[in-house]
Amino acid sequence: MLTHIRRSIVACIAFFAVLGLIYPLVETGIGQALFSHQANGSLTPYGSTLIGQKWTGPKWFQGRPDAYNPMATGGTNLGPRSKTLVADVTKQIARLKKDGIKPTSSLVTTSGSGVDPDISPSGAYAQVDAVAKARGLPVSEVKQLVASNITGPEFGFLGSSYVNVLKLDEALAKLK
Amino acid sequence: MGLVWTLVALVVVLAIAWRFLGHYMAAVYEGRVKWAAFIERPFYRLMGVNPEAEQSWQRYAASLIVFSGIAILATYLILRTQAYLPFNPQHLPNVTPALAWNTAVSFVTNTNWQNYSGETTMSYLSQMGALAVQNFVSASVGIAVAVALIRGFSRKGSKTIGNFWTDLTRGILYILVPISFIGAVIFMAQGALQTLGGPVHIHDVLNGFNQTIPRGPVASQEAIKQLGTNGGGFFNANGADPFENPTGLTNFLSISLMLSIPVALTYTFGKMVGSIRQGVAILAAMTIIFGSWLAIGAIAEHQANPAVTAAGLTHQTTGNMEGKEVRFGDTSSALYNVVSTQTSTGSVNSANDSYNPMGGFATMTGMMLGEVTPGGVGSGIYTILIYAIIAVFIGGLMVGRTPEYLGKKIQATEVKLAALGTLVMPITVLILTAIAVSVHAGQVAPLNKGPHGFSEILYSFTSVTNNNGSAFAGLSSNTAFYNIIQTFGLLLGRFAIIIPALALAGTLAAKNVVPASLGTFRTDKPIFVGLLIGVILIVGALTFFPAVSLGPIVEQLSHGKFF
Repeated sequence: MLTHIRRSIVACIAFFAVLGLIYPLVETGIGQALFSHQANGSLTPYGSTLIGQKWTGPKWFQGRPDAYNPMATGGTNLGPRSKTLVADVTKQIARLKKDGIKPTSSLVTTSGSGVDPDISPSGAYAQVDAVAKARGLPVSEVKQLVASNITGPEFGFLGSSYVNVLKLDEALAKLK
Repeated sequence: MGLVWTLVALVVVLAIAWRFLGHYMAAVYEGRVKWAAFIERPFYRLMGVNPEAEQSWQRYAASLIVFSGIAILATYLILRTQAYLPFNPQHLPNVTPALAWNTAVSFVTNTNWQNYSGETTMSYLSQMGALAVQNFVSASVGIAVAVALIRGFSRKGSKTIGNFWTDLTRGILYILVPISFIGAVIFMAQGALQTLGGPVHIHDVLNGFNQTIPRGPVASQEAIKQLGTNGGGFFNANGADPFENPTGLTNFLSISLMLSIPVALTYTFGKMVGSIRQGVAILAAMTIIFGSWLAIGAIAEHQANPAVTAAGLTHQTTGNMEGKEVRFGDTSSALYNVVSTQTSTGSVNSANDSYNPMGGFATMTGMMLGEVTPGGVGSGIYTILIYAIIAVFIGGLMVGRTPEYLGKKIQATEVKLAALGTLVMPITVLILTAIAVSVHAGQVAPLNKGPHGFSEILYSFTSVTNNNGSAFAGLSSNTAFYNIIQTFGLLLGRFAIIIPALALAGTLAAKNVVPASLGTFRTDKPIFVGLLIGVILIVGALTFFPAVSLGPIVEQLSHGKFF
């Protein structure tokens, strides 16, 4: 028994050193050397392209109705027969209609992370008219901007097509 | 269409893993692989272990239990003292006692149920040095038990089943570390974090929005979290967080890593018992059940969310997007969560709690089948071999002869141990759920009302007792009541199955092999696959049907009702 205990303690210390320090620190070294942009959070002067932000006002393409607090990630966890969820989605639909935007699934539901940086292409196209009107831009130009910001599934089949809202709005800001 | 091609790619990746990783793992545990001997030998010297010295099943089990106990203590101590330790840029306080206990037990049992949000609770040292270390170690313990049980079948008249310390060390150094190392690099290249720099504050001049973005050594933990079927996220959102799972490619990599070892172990099993066909039969049973549950989950999530429809969005082209990330979409999300629940991983890339009723049914009942399709690393195969013993026993009863499996006579001792191994999980889940729904501290935790609230409680005990770790996460379970009661499920679901499995390994190893005759029931034929599937489904359905009827089933049937 004492042998087992002594061995266990030694093993825990040895594994702590190798798996808990050497392994992650070597990986950190590799990340900082080879992929420093990604490993540090894909940061741009306007924020991280991987963490969504709240965009308000008709001049910007809006993301999903998430909380966008990366210090408290996660979904709403409301179930498919939740009255609260019905009420929340009803509110989002009304808000979009008031802004002249046709509601789509991704624009009225919240994400799993609570910081989803993307919307679906249909969600972006639905906002084109409203954004073009607010900025006094030709609709065709804004539509073209959305089209050029669609990222397809990786290798054509892994995941879904999406539009990164920060990149789209950054490009929008450069238009004029 | 995306799902079809994803599945094709997955089959290709898993076929390669099955053949080559399966072959390699057999060589590792038979001691024929030596390339890391220069790191391995110092480990044995430090521990004072002779790697060649074999153990009886009792000594093997004792080593495992004591080691796991010390590991719980070590993890607990780091969490309780993280404020005084380095790598804590957010200056987070020590984790509270009940939560630290729950978390330590959860990670040592390969469960990774999380009653905390990583971004505001755990220092980088706790993540790297306490939690990720247990991701490696608990995974290797699981594979060790599987290999010990396989040795029970492959040996004749043997008093020993291997050496726990050797199996533990070899699994980590030869299998888990190399694959995780490469996996982590891919995660980083795709956008996963890997830094010791603390959180950053950003101010976006375009929209005037301010944000504090947490960071950390994420990629290194992500790789082993999936490979070791652990599942504990660095952040609260787990695999939905773009810093953990940034792209469709990392989503696919995660799914592949979760499935690789459990699938490949069926080859290892076949190889070690001298007949690959025996492994194929086990894999076939796993695949048929897994495929059926995936179909239920993917079809369910491809339907509109009833609450969104009721709110007035009648035309939904993309399926249920509540709680899902746009970059994954509905079916890739369902695939990930079904894989994660049936491999006992428990990471999620979308909120299980917001799945449609039958989607939640798929993830919950996938665990209730005992995590054998293909189950967690090691635990999947040792548990399904226990079911296989029950299957040949029932087959033997039908034709009235003493059952055999892989040439070993299955007698009273083996059947009793196998029955114990199959019944511990359902009994524990149902009793703990019954306690939680009868006391105030248990009743107040669910976020959702109606049947979904009951599902949250039932899901939680199913998850912890099957060492899965996923959640219907609306449940507020960071309370003294849940932190403590869950650990009973965690410990029983792990060790009350490991001990019978090792005892089986011991009694089987001691037996001689009965030569196969014309009357022998062939366990490498479709009829056995069918019998094994039948046993798994009947045990699961008989024990859980009443409870599941009160949750997802009644929810599915309550058309137009909201709670």
